[in-house]
Amino acid sequence: MKITFDWLKDHLNTNLKEERLLEKLTDIGLEVESVGDLSAGLDFFKIAKIAKIEKHPNADRLKVCDVNVGDKELKKVVCGANNAREGLITIYAPPGAIIPKTKTKLVIAKIRDITSYGMLCSEAELNLSDESDGIIELSSIKYKKKIGKNYFSKSSSKLIDLSITPNRPDCLGVRGIARDLAASGFGRMKNSNERKVNSKTRQKIKIKINKERNQGCVVFGSCLITNVKNAESPKWLKDKLISIGQKPISAIVDITNYVMFDINRPLHAYDADKIEKGIIVRNSKSGEEFTALDNKNYKLEKDMCVISDNKGVLGLGGIIGGTRSATEFNTKNILLESAYFEPRSIRNTAKKLNLDTDAKFRFERGIDPMSIESGLNKTAFLIQEICGGEISKVDIQKIGEFKNKIIKFDPNLFEKISGFRISTKEMIKILNDLGFKSKKEKNYFRLTIPSWRPDILQQVDIVEELVRISGYDKIKTIEPIKKRTKSTLTQTQKLFHFLQRAIASKGYLEAITWSFTDSNYNDHFKGTNTEIKIINPISSELGVLRNSIFSNLIMCIKKNLDRGFKDLSIFEIGPIFTGYNPGEQNTVICGLSAGKKSRLSWIEKERNIDVFDVKRDVVQTLVEAGYNSEKFFTDNKTPNHYHPGKSGRLFLNKAKDQVAAYFGEIHPNILKKIDLKTESLVGFEIYFDNLKLSHKTLNDQKAKFRVSDYQKSERDFAFLVNKEVTAQEIINVVSSVDQNLISNIKVFDVYEGDNIPENQKSIAISVSIQSLEKTLNDRDLEKINKLIIETVENKTGAKIRS
Amino acid sequence: MSDLKKIKEEFILKLNKKLNLENINQVKSELFGKNGIISSQFKNIGKIKESERKKFASELNLIKDDLQNLINSKINEIENSEINKKLDKEKIDVTLPERPFIKGKIHPVSQTIDEISSIFSEIGFNVEEGPDVENEYNNFTALNTPDNHPARDMHDTFYLDEKKQKLLRTHTSPVQIRTMLKGKPPFKIIAPGRTYRSDSDQTHAPMFHQVEGLYIDKNINMGHLKGCLNYFIKEFFEVNKIKMRFRPSHFPFTEPSAEVDIGYEIKDGKIVIGEGDKWLEILGCGMVHPNVLKNVKVDIEKYQGYAFGIGIDRLAMLKYGINDLRAFFDCDYRWLNHFGFDPLDVPTNYRGLSR
Repeated sequence: MKITFDWLKDHLNTNLKEERLLEKLTDIGLEVESVGDLSAGLDFFKIAKIAKIEKHPNADRLKVCDVNVGDKELKKVVCGANNAREGLITIYAPPGAIIPKTKTKLVIAKIRDITSYGMLCSEAELNLSDESDGIIELSSIKYKKKIGKNYFSKSSSKLIDLSITPNRPDCLGVRGIARDLAASGFGRMKNSNERKVNSKTRQKIKIKINKERNQGCVVFGSCLITNVKNAESPKWLKDKLISIGQKPISAIVDITNYVMFDINRPLHAYDADKIEKGIIVRNSKSGEEFTALDNKNYKLEKDMCVISDNKGVLGLGGIIGGTRSATEFNTKNILLESAYFEPRSIRNTAKKLNLDTDAKFRFERGIDPMSIESGLNKTAFLIQEICGGEISKVDIQKIGEFKNKIIKFDPNLFEKISGFRISTKEMIKILNDLGFKSKKEKNYFRLTIPSWRPDILQQVDIVEELVRISGYDKIKTIEPIKKRTKSTLTQTQKLFHFLQRAIASKGYLEAITWSFTDSNYNDHFKGTNTEIKIINPISSELGVLRNSIFSNLIMCIKKNLDRGFKDLSIFEIGPIFTGYNPGEQNTVICGLSAGKKSRLSWIEKERNIDVFDVKRDVVQTLVEAGYNSEKFFTDNKTPNHYHPGKSGRLFLNKAKDQVAAYFGEIHPNILKKIDLKTESLVGFEIYFDNLKLSHKTLNDQKAKFRVSDYQKSERDFAFLVNKEVTAQEIINVVSSVDQNLISNIKVFDVYEGDNIPENQKSIAISVSIQSLEKTLNDRDLEKINKLIIETVENKTGAKIRS
Repeated sequence: MSDLKKIKEEFILKLNKKLNLENINQVKSELFGKNGIISSQFKNIGKIKESERKKFASELNLIKDDLQNLINSKINEIENSEINKKLDKEKIDVTLPERPFIKGKIHPVSQTIDEISSIFSEIGFNVEEGPDVENEYNNFTALNTPDNHPARDMHDTFYLDEKKQKLLRTHTSPVQIRTMLKGKPPFKIIAPGRTYRSDSDQTHAPMFHQVEGLYIDKNINMGHLKGCLNYFIKEFFEVNKIKMRFRPSHFPFTEPSAEVDIGYEIKDGKIVIGEGDKWLEILGCGMVHPNVLKNVKVDIEKYQGYAFGIGIDRLAMLKYGINDLRAFFDCDYRWLNHFGFDPLDVPTNYRGLSR
């Protein structure tokens, strides 16, 4: 909502300064978004006279004018207007001026080899009207003594742009804002001096509101003004509209706009002669069409509130009028409409047709249903004053009755909610200033809510009015008490934070990417999940909810590789989606590593990053989080986006109930499809929701401290086994031999190739053997050695290498 | 001169010549070897006259000690000089780079969430969460924003179905509803998380982060709200004084509602919080609307309280001097490295929020 201080003063007596006004507006909830100076730059535009005119030597349609701008020297200006002629008084814009319509800055320019210093302006270029045909012609009688003077009078009032919250339709008019200001002590309201139409002529056009289901129009008031002469608006009216950034069009349109901005009463003026046999307000039929004032053709759906005549739709009630009944400069008889439309109906229609107008904006928020007559009065008199004509009686058709709401207000509620106190006298003063009527009854007030406040529905809304007008600065600051009765984070949340930082500490940069993604990328990683489409995505590249974090992370990797980075590690912890319903989502910690380790190091040998790098990151992280790696179980069943031979899935225990993580090389086909080039790309996904939480405290989790001080022996074994036998199997078998004696097993060599039969491999392990009870002698050791070899050979088909 | 003295002088002379380790060891065995000169003298002790034996023995012991000490010091001397010679050769260029390491980082949004949680933890809030996909009821209707309410226009919502029943939550406020529906008052929670609006330009991203706050108890009023936010802002920006302005606003789910601005100024191209005459809007808040409390079956005769919603990304931008919101989600390696935090920098109450 745009206003000026000058306009406010039409309704408000005040001696206070503009600066104070801006603060006050914000303080009472009418937030000042910006303050602009509309007249800034307008002092460039000078009244000027064309002294001499010549044909442009290189262009038939251009003229070269010598222009008197009040200086001794004439300015040479190239002009294409047909009406440019010697002696014409017009408006000159020098280089440096910014043309209001195009917002472009003029420069000295060569036009077909002739240098032009500035330009002569049309009305359209100055936003004075739509007239773009030819330059402005000023009356020589009025302006001949003003050559060289500014055309625009300097407006002293700044343009104030307010952000009005949707609950305050009353403040979409200057008077409503003035009322709030007056209530808060910023000046006193002026009387509105309303005159009532007192005519003997009947309003001859028959108006009918159809009683239909969901009829959007409740009241339709109108009057007829005959024998008017529509013209340009007088300067005061033009200036008023220009001062808030509106463009003057013609007196009748300007007047209705003015009344709308002034008292928040939208009206519509019809050319009465274009209405065929009266007006019917009804629901539209499916497929009906009309051309609106924005020159667009609209096809209507069923049950939209339309104003129609015998021939069809004239306009959409409360939203936009139609061209068929539009007023023009030659309009003689006007039907003026002032109505009440239901917000819900307005909103539905406007949304379906994607239409937004000043009237729609106001009606959908709720227009004062009691302002129908006063709006007609004010508008009709203004039209008569400016355009002449005779005003008919006001005609009101209605299908419903408006009653002011009544609220019983307990004044104690104010302090209970606001935390501070004001006297009941003060309360009543504020409410009366805002237009509430009050009556004391027992220990409460019986309040009559003003008709322009559809937002006031219950006691707490009254409290809001009182706090707002008293000032939010009166609210005390009560220091919070530092007391914690419940732990801040749950076990799950603690684990989330721990894992996030644990993964980061392995050298991964944390990224946050959209929860949505490109379905083309998502397809590579979605597996058996269903695709979840957004019906109104911001772009098709962000059209689905992600089934995996990989789709976004791999794009990040690609983008950064394209930037010239070679070695990258990125992770994200966040949701992936498995269904359309709330809660059908999982938290996943997903990481990707590309490139090499120790690239270009003078001391370390460089190598491609590999599966065992990510496996270490996953395992180490889980171990740090408190899970026992001795219980982990790994196999090679992984989703399709991993390299089938170089990836694994990890369970926290051998029961294998829920997958804790996947890790491995990303499938080379995906890299090929998305054209991602790197030496190696490995990744992992830890399924956070599948990690079983320990219900023990950290203290309970620590087993009894038990170490052996007896001699420890280390024995090495090399087994020949079939390739299919995993290291994990051998380790499990060895550790099962004697859990009291075998404390640690390390794989220190894996070998395939020369000297090893095909389909076999050699696995070498080192086993630590130690007793808690005694030093083992050679015989004990020999016994356990033998047992290890026997068990491994029996259970895995391995052969010990000698 | 006795024989012993002669031996002593002879060998001192010998040892003071320039000798290598081998020579010294040779001298050592000449003296102390199985048949060495000194060793033989000890064997002779028994043959000495009883009257002179004591004197001889003590003299011999002294000589033995002197010679032994001399030999040891000579050996030491040579060993030291050899170590020194070796050290001279073993110099390396320690300015060469260390073995390679890589450093991970925590995203500034995650860090900010941890900072926020840490601050609210101190005054008794616990952390709640809710799903990203919400139903229309929790996101709007339960929050006193019925269908066709103009306030819904302020939320450009992403929908998952044509009937507009499933959506991506436009704010963290539905967590209020979930929390109150599943529990009994008092409630004192914060709920950080992802939020979504179909809005995308320089200052808007289709996804961003909010933290919701909710405190419902007996007699919680606007003064408590002001105190809580004042405390939070001071703690978060780690300043002693903050210029804060409460300004009336409107949200369907709170009444009265307020927006909170903080004072700032630009110094040397950087934003300084807490001073200056410019105002920056950082959050919305208010007293939870009785209609909302009724929807979640909280007795409005007994309980009331406040709620607030803060843009996390915005706070992070202000605190850490980040200009562009979209860069948060752009995954530029350089940006993540520059604005990210070391994973060991965990914000806590006792060691402070940040270094």
